[in-house]
Amino acid sequence: MVNPATNYGKNGVQDWIVQRLTAVILAIYTLFIIGTLILSGDVTYAGWKALFSLTWVRVFSLMALLSVLAHAWVGLWTVSTDYIKPPMVRFLFQLFCGVLLFVYVVWGVEVLWGL
Amino acid sequence: MKRDNRPVNLDLTQFSFPLPAITSILHRITGVILLFGVGFLLWGLDQSLESQQSFDALISLLDGFLAKLIVWGILAALLYHLVAGFKHLFMDLGIGETLEGGQTGAKVVLVVAVVLILAAGVWVW
Repeated sequence: MVNPATNYGKNGVQDWIVQRLTAVILAIYTLFIIGTLILSGDVTYAGWKALFSLTWVRVFSLMALLSVLAHAWVGLWTVSTDYIKPPMVRFLFQLFCGVLLFVYVVWGVEVLWGL
Repeated sequence: MKRDNRPVNLDLTQFSFPLPAITSILHRITGVILLFGVGFLLWGLDQSLESQQSFDALISLLDGFLAKLIVWGILAALLYHLVAGFKHLFMDLGIGETLEGGQTGAKVVLVVAVVLILAAGVWVW
């Protein structure tokens, strides 16, 4: 048996659980954002800014972003180990994904807290 | 161990893919698209929150055809990935795990996703 070294959790079952938990968080967040946009009709800057000034919206958004980090890592790890055979190319692709997702989280914190 | 006699057929163009295989590969493709889609959405959120000026600039940018097409594309990938993801969660609960259930599930995913993607297109334009 190959001992996976680059997956998210310690083993496949942990990856499976992380994938499901983050999927539920992302589904709820997606429905929340789309629902808000549909229900509020024409969005104004003042209203939009006020929404994202609420602590719970910021925390919920950060939670969604951290879920993207874990969810996308598990997903892209699965896809890359299936389709990219040369180890170095696969490693570089996974490195690229990891860096990109990390940048998203840092950028998201900056956007959400207006730093 | 001699493996020379094993039949090998990895020419993907020769396979006839069952519907669940197609919905599965679409789930993967939309997932990869969303890796980059999230970047666009974050940029949009950044512009929408920075100032009244950047908010107005974003709104007028979203009037353009190309911008609408990109937004629709990201929404399409998101909606498909979401619907296919729900099917996974249902199957985890033991719903639709049979061969017949899997085929029905794949059809339901495609129909629901197409309806939602068309609705998203109407919403964007």
